[in-house]
Amino acid sequence: MKFTKRTTRPIRMGAAVAAVSLVAVATGAVSSAASAATPTKVTISVASLIPGSTKAATAAFNAQIKVFEKENPGITVKPSTYQWLGSTFAAKLAAKTLPTMFTVPFTDGRSLGQAGEIANLTPYAKELPYFNKFNPAVIAEGTDAKGQIVAIPEASYAQAISYNRQLFSEAGLNPNDPPTTWAQLEADAKQISQKTGMAGYAEMGASDNTAGWILTTLDYALGGRMETGIGTKAKATFDNPQAVEALNMLNTMRWTDNSMGSDFDWGWSDINQAFSAGQVGMFISGSDVYTNMVQSYNINPKIYGLAPIPLANSKTAGVLGGGTLCAVSVDATPAQISAAMKWIDFYYLEKYVNRNDAIAWAKTEAASGQPVGTPEVPIFNQKQENLYNSWIKPWVNVPLSQMKPFTTAIFKEQIIPEPESATQAIYGDLDSVVQSVFTAPGSNPSSLLSAANSTGQASIASGGGA
Amino acid sequence: MSTINPTTPKLQQTEPAPVTRAPSVARGRRFRRTPATWLRSGGLSKLIFLLPLLLIFGAFSWYPIVRMVLMSVQQMHPTTPATWAGFANFTAVFHDPLFPIAVRNTGEFAGLALIFGYPIPLIAAVLISEVRKRRGMFTALAYLPVVIPPVVAVLLWKFFYDGSQYGVFNTILHWLGIGPQPWIQSQSQAMPSLVLESTWANAGSTVIIYLAALTSVNSELYEAASVDGAGLWKKVWHVTLPQMRTVLLVTMILQIIGTAQVFVEPYLFTQGGPANATLTVMLLIYNYAFGNSLGGDFGEAAALSLLLVAFLAVFSLVYLRATRSWSSE
Repeated sequence: MKFTKRTTRPIRMGAAVAAVSLVAVATGAVSSAASAATPTKVTISVASLIPGSTKAATAAFNAQIKVFEKENPGITVKPSTYQWLGSTFAAKLAAKTLPTMFTVPFTDGRSLGQAGEIANLTPYAKELPYFNKFNPAVIAEGTDAKGQIVAIPEASYAQAISYNRQLFSEAGLNPNDPPTTWAQLEADAKQISQKTGMAGYAEMGASDNTAGWILTTLDYALGGRMETGIGTKAKATFDNPQAVEALNMLNTMRWTDNSMGSDFDWGWSDINQAFSAGQVGMFISGSDVYTNMVQSYNINPKIYGLAPIPLANSKTAGVLGGGTLCAVSVDATPAQISAAMKWIDFYYLEKYVNRNDAIAWAKTEAASGQPVGTPEVPIFNQKQENLYNSWIKPWVNVPLSQMKPFTTAIFKEQIIPEPESATQAIYGDLDSVVQSVFTAPGSNPSSLLSAANSTGQASIASGGGA
Repeated sequence: MSTINPTTPKLQQTEPAPVTRAPSVARGRRFRRTPATWLRSGGLSKLIFLLPLLLIFGAFSWYPIVRMVLMSVQQMHPTTPATWAGFANFTAVFHDPLFPIAVRNTGEFAGLALIFGYPIPLIAAVLISEVRKRRGMFTALAYLPVVIPPVVAVLLWKFFYDGSQYGVFNTILHWLGIGPQPWIQSQSQAMPSLVLESTWANAGSTVIIYLAALTSVNSELYEAASVDGAGLWKKVWHVTLPQMRTVLLVTMILQIIGTAQVFVEPYLFTQGGPANATLTVMLLIYNYAFGNSLGGDFGEAAALSLLLVAFLAVFSLVYLRATRSWSSE
């Protein structure tokens, strides 16, 4: 979906001030695509830090800009605080207050491109020397129906279970044996709740599409789908048996087992914070949330564990995957688009394809205590990802052994893209279904899903937007 | 009071106008206004003084209203040219299953605010006016929540409404032997919780208005009531309320209009949840326009806005007509 990388990049820069010179060396080898002809003077604004980021992070980001500007004398980069939120993005888009370069989730790239709301990057993207190394499934997320590349992938994730090893131990569970079935997860959640008083299993339930996102994740894991077909002719299938099963499971944990705590309106950041504070036994989010937990909430690495989503014994069961795309304003001039592409290349992508850049980045992050080596789903091909991991290996400082249940299993599992049509809109339609289960005892999942299905069908028919 | 009663002054127009009333004299002489007379009578300077006001109101009030009416009959999207849609936007709004929910929720908010939120400022104002010492301090305390930025106030109250046993309100309830409440995480408690915060946040302004109105009540009436043996309650009922009825009627209609447009509380507290329990008309308008990350439907948003305006305009007219006799007695 949209959340997992939105805070990582800016804050990651928090420690880079002292090592700007390293970065400068590493970024010296700007790609040939990025060094394409650029007018003598051009100014772009770029999405930088999320609001409320630390002064150190701001200083580090500004230092990165200085390095970039030194490499590209004709380009002036102005940082702009930015956080993609489904509830505010359209307002910023309409008001034309987005920076020249900003990020959007996989769910929105194609639709924005097809609606002509973001710039066509095709000729610029194809000049990147590593363009052919992109994972085809990932680059497809930024490619519209006409084959135009309208956004560049910068991060990818698979949904996973983050679990608190300390709470597992306190509850008498083996922290090296996270649940591998939903029944086991339910039992573990109950045991954690009873033995520790904390939420055994928590789930995002805010009215910002996150509740629908996680319900879709559960549906996928049980073998269901929230829609079939593509485009405005897709069919909403909210009321599939697997979705009913998922809601019944949540209903049991919420009202019978009482193992979900007392908060049911978690958003993406809130639940990371609560987990880092030791208040949550297990929850579902992207596989890379550990980075945010370190950078924003100073999590104790010893408590963190990462496990794969339990999958039902079904051929259609799979893990929901998503990611983040870089997009450029449709109002940008060709010179600005060219400059923005250089920035994307410099800031987001080069470390994955350039050994020196990868090493410099890893050294910088590790030196400042920032996480290096958080599991990622490759945005390039697997071979490139392996190469990148070998470059940064000496500086990996995340508790990889505690993430082994995930890293050993994920590449054997089927990663399924998010619903193709009107994704965020149908997540929003599903929000209220999940909230009903969490806030009203005795709610009927089947009727809730049936009611939401007609709304979802309308969302699909409208293309997910206007 | 009778001089401002609009039902009687027509008789006056048929009588000879007093010499001092220039406009009537002018009408009597069939005075012809020309550009020259307009200039000589200071018309240009008046216009120049008015110009900033006209420009500001025109740009930020009247033009948006006209634009809204236009947009309500157009298919609007942020990046595509508008096309004529007729009444399709209105039809879409009426067919939206969330529309009746939003109307019902807005009615619930306005009703609860009227029942619980409307008397509180009046009671507070009467009590403050009765205080002999440190009245200023109590007035300042009553007004204090108004100066707190709404977003800050909501974030503060979110802590109060923490559904866990460690939440501020739940801790207080625990002292009283009451179990933890879900507050804004309950479909049934969310709206009253929003009303509670809204009353706390907004009562101060009305308290100030009432305190000002109370000073205009003739103290001799209270003295006469005291002589007749009236206590505080009888003085309030028989003297204060009748004397303040015009102000009370105005604040009531202002409150109804204000609460019908409630947005900040549901947007910041719950975003309309849980399960649309706090989705209001204004929040639905916002969601039409901006709630979808791929770009909203400005036409539907404008159509629903126009419906809200029309409803409030009709309601206000009916209200003013129904209460005209009370306010002019």
